[in-house]
Amino acid sequence: MVENKHQWKAWLYLSPAIVLLLVFTVWPIINTLIMAFSENYSSLAGLGGQTFQFGLGNFKHVVGYKGFVTCLKNTMILCVLTVPLSTILALLISVCLNAIKPFQKLLQTIYFLPYVTNSIAIGMVFAAMFNIVGNISSEDQIVTTAGIINNFLGVFGVEPINWINAGSSYWANITVMVVYIVWNALPFKILILLGGLQSVNKQYYDAAKVDSTPKWRVLTKITVPLLSPMIAYVVITGFIGGFKEYSSIVGIFDVGMGPAGDHGRLNTMVGYIYESIKNQQGRASAAALILFGIIFVVTMINLYVSKKKTHY
Amino acid sequence: MSNNSSLQVMQERDMHKVVVGQKIMKVVSQFFLYLFLFAVAFVILFPFYWMLISSVKTLDEYLLTIPTLFPKEFDFINYAEAFNTANLGRLFGNTVFVGVVSTILSLVITILSAFAFARLEFKGKNAMFAALLATMMIPGELFTITNYKTVNDFGWLNLEQYGFTVLIVPFLVSVFYIYLLKQNFMQIPNELYLAAKVDGTSDLKYLWKVMIPLALPTLISITILKMMGSWNTYMWPNLVADNEKYWLVTNGLRKFNVTVDNRPDTPVQMAAVAIVSAPLFLVFLFLRKYIMKGVSRSGIKG
Repeated sequence: MVENKHQWKAWLYLSPAIVLLLVFTVWPIINTLIMAFSENYSSLAGLGGQTFQFGLGNFKHVVGYKGFVTCLKNTMILCVLTVPLSTILALLISVCLNAIKPFQKLLQTIYFLPYVTNSIAIGMVFAAMFNIVGNISSEDQIVTTAGIINNFLGVFGVEPINWINAGSSYWANITVMVVYIVWNALPFKILILLGGLQSVNKQYYDAAKVDSTPKWRVLTKITVPLLSPMIAYVVITGFIGGFKEYSSIVGIFDVGMGPAGDHGRLNTMVGYIYESIKNQQGRASAAALILFGIIFVVTMINLYVSKKKTHY
Repeated sequence: MSNNSSLQVMQERDMHKVVVGQKIMKVVSQFFLYLFLFAVAFVILFPFYWMLISSVKTLDEYLLTIPTLFPKEFDFINYAEAFNTANLGRLFGNTVFVGVVSTILSLVITILSAFAFARLEFKGKNAMFAALLATMMIPGELFTITNYKTVNDFGWLNLEQYGFTVLIVPFLVSVFYIYLLKQNFMQIPNELYLAAKVDGTSDLKYLWKVMIPLALPTLISITILKMMGSWNTYMWPNLVADNEKYWLVTNGLRKFNVTVDNRPDTPVQMAAVAIVSAPLFLVFLFLRKYIMKGVSRSGIKG
C-alpha cells in the first residue's frame, strides 16, 4: 500500500517538470524532425492549410546554400583555432599557478573574472579597443587610430591594422574573434585544470624530484597524463560551446554579424538558425539537426580519443 | 690524512656550489613564473581597465590619436547620461523581476523533481532519469525553433497581455539542476527519511526541515547561476520581445546607441557597459565560492 501511495506522490511531485518538459523539450524534438523532413516547410504556409511532402529538400537546400556554407566555415575555423589555443594556454597557466604560493588565490580570482561578465557587454569593450575611431566614412583610409590595440602594436613597429571597421580583412576579423573567445574561455578551463592539478597525488612529483627529472618531462610525462580526464572534459565542452558560437560575435560586430559593408561575413551556424527561425522553420530545423549531428560526432571522437589516451 | 681531508673540503665546497646553484635557479624560475602569471593577469584585467577609464573620458579625449592611459579629467556625467538614455533603470527592473520569478519557480520545480528521483520509488524511474539526461546533449537552439512557434500559438508573444510569461516559462525546468540536486539529496542518509516517516512527518515538511537545509550550498549555486543566466540571456528575449518595454538588460545594452555629430559616443557606451557589469562583479565578490563550485560542475555559462 505504501508503495502505491508513493507511486502517485512521485508523479505528483514530478508533474510540473514533466508538463513543461513535454511542451518545451520533448515536443520540439519531435517537431524539429517533422519540420526538417517536410519539403519547404514553413509554419506560415502550414497555417494556410498547405501540406508538406516528406523529403530531404531542406537539408539539400541548407547544404547547398552559400550563406550556410559560410556559417559552417566560420564556425569550424573559430572552433579549430580557439579550442586548442585556449586549452594549451589554460594548461600552461594552471601549471604555473600551481607552482607558486604567494598571490595564488588572488591571481586565481583575477583569472576567473571574465567568466562573470556578460559576453555582449565585454564584446563591446573589445570592439572599442580594436576600433579605429577616426575611420568612419572613408573606407580605405586609416587616418586616426585611437584604438588602443593599434597604438600598443605601434610600440613594436607594427603598422596600424583595420581590425573590425568597414573594409577590414576577413582574417583581421577572425583574429579579433579568436582573441576575444580565448579571453572568454580561459576562466572555465583554468578553474577545471587547476582543480585537477590540486588533487593530483604529490608522490609522483616527489619521485620525479628524487630522480631529478627535467621540468619539461615532468609536464609531459606526469602532469598531462594525470590531468587527461580534465583536459578531455574542457576540450569536449570547448567544442560544444565553440560550435554554438554566436553572442560573442554579436558583442563585437552587432547583429550584422560582420563589419559594416559586409554583413553576415562572420555569421555562424547558430546565427543561421536564428535568422531562419521566423519564416523558414524547415531549413532552421535541418540546420539545427546538422549542428546536433556535428556536435554529437565531435563529442564521440573526443570521447574515443580520450578513452584511448586517458590514464587514470 | 691531510690529503683526504682536503678532498673532503673540496667535495663539500662543490656540494655547496651545487646547492647555491640550485637556489639561484629556483629564484630565477620563480621570477619568470611570476612574470608570466602577472602578464596574464594584466591581459585579463586590461579590458576592464579600459572600460572604466574610457567611461569617464570626455568624447574629445577619447578620440585623441594617441589615447591617454589615464583620463586627464573625470567626466562622470557619462554615467548619468548612460543611465538615462539607455533606460537602464527599467532594464534592471525587468531583468531582476524575470530573474527572481524564474529562480523561485525553477527552484520549486527542481526541488520537487529531485526529491522524487532521489527518495521515492516509482515505475520507470531509472529509464525516465536517463531520458532526461539524454536531452542535455541536444543544443538548445534545436528547441528554440519549435518553442518560438509554440509561444506564438499560445499568444504569449503579445507581451502587453501576458507580460513576461514568454521570458520565464520555457526555461523553468533545467535537467542539469535536477541532476545536481538529486546527487546532493542522495548523499543524505535514507535512515533520516524513514525515521521521519515513522514519526509521521509529511514529505513536504521533511523536505523543508531536513533536505533543503542540508542541500543549501547546491541550492545557492543554482540560484546564482539562474540569476546570472537572466542577466546574460540575449537570444531568446531578442527573438520574442519586440516591445522595448519588455527588454532585458543585454538586449537594451546591445541596441543602445548614442552618437554625437554622427560619431558613436563610446565613453557613454562604456559607462553603460560598466553599470551593467557592476552587479555581476558584486555578486562574484561576495559569493565567489558558490559560483566557482557551481561552474566547475556545470560547464555552461549562465
